[in-house]
Amino acid sequence: MFATSVSSGALVLVVAVFLASAVEMVEALTIVLAVGHTRGWRSALEGVGAGLATLAVLVAALGPAIVKVPIDVLHLVIGGILLIFGMQWLRKAVLRSSGLKAMHDEDAIYQETVNGLSIAGPRQQRDRISFVVAFKGVFLEGLEVVILVITLGTSAHRLGLASVAALSAVVIVGIAGAVVAKQLSKVPENAMKMSVGILLVSYGTFWTGEGLKVKWPGADATLLGFVALYALATWTLVLMMRREVGDVTTVA
Amino acid sequence: MSRAKPSWAVRVVKGFAIFWWDFLVGDTPELFVAALVIIAVVALLRIVLQRNALAAIALPVLSIVALGVSVRRARGAARK
Repeated sequence: MFATSVSSGALVLVVAVFLASAVEMVEALTIVLAVGHTRGWRSALEGVGAGLATLAVLVAALGPAIVKVPIDVLHLVIGGILLIFGMQWLRKAVLRSSGLKAMHDEDAIYQETVNGLSIAGPRQQRDRISFVVAFKGVFLEGLEVVILVITLGTSAHRLGLASVAALSAVVIVGIAGAVVAKQLSKVPENAMKMSVGILLVSYGTFWTGEGLKVKWPGADATLLGFVALYALATWTLVLMMRREVGDVTTVA
Repeated sequence: MSRAKPSWAVRVVKGFAIFWWDFLVGDTPELFVAALVIIAVVALLRIVLQRNALAAIALPVLSIVALGVSVRRARGAARK
């Protein structure tokens, strides 16, 4: 029933925003958990609050401004950004899947953050270091989510739907992270990153074309064709790289 | 003599510029350049030469080629 009531474009939008937000949330949560466990929760949570408040101000400022940009220019700029960002994510996912790049290890990042904070001097009741590290983690990862929500949501004229999808991902990963504490390494981050990369490049291709007045055969349905095409290309690239990886060392 | 600390506004603008540079260029400048080239080629095909079908094919094909080149480049770097 639900599937028939929403268009394929809306479904792709929700999946793209949800997965991208979940990946960024896992990265932010790893930092916040490390700060909270190492130096106490008060300043860490204040840093999280300040990061979220700053992001909210940015959304409030950017959201209304972006809709005033001419639609073709908006499509071209957003399409270009999504194309670049999507290709970056896909490249990283292909390199990780083929063994050319080390997998993103949340446990290692958690431990690295803990080690860094442990040598950062004695803990105070109001801890500036905790605040700054938590703030930066939430703000920088959150900023990527904000950019994706605004670009994808505005282009598809579904900013509300994109925001709800992002918020759902943040809440679900937040609750799961709080329950399992530092078991975030169990999240299949590379598979999620690959899926998001495919969706972002598909959207990027579609909107870049729209911005340049390309008439797509099949209109909005072309988006699903792009998803299938890029999935096939990614799969082929992974297979090719795996075949060649034998005599290659891992890059950082 | 110590240099004066930049103002809050300068640091915010600098941080914003660095964020966008890392976000769009980062360690894969070839993908950034490729996207600009792809846009230029598709604009030429669609707007100047009025070849819609060619433009519609070139956009995804060139994106896949750019991705493949970037992955190959990373593989080459790993070999060194």
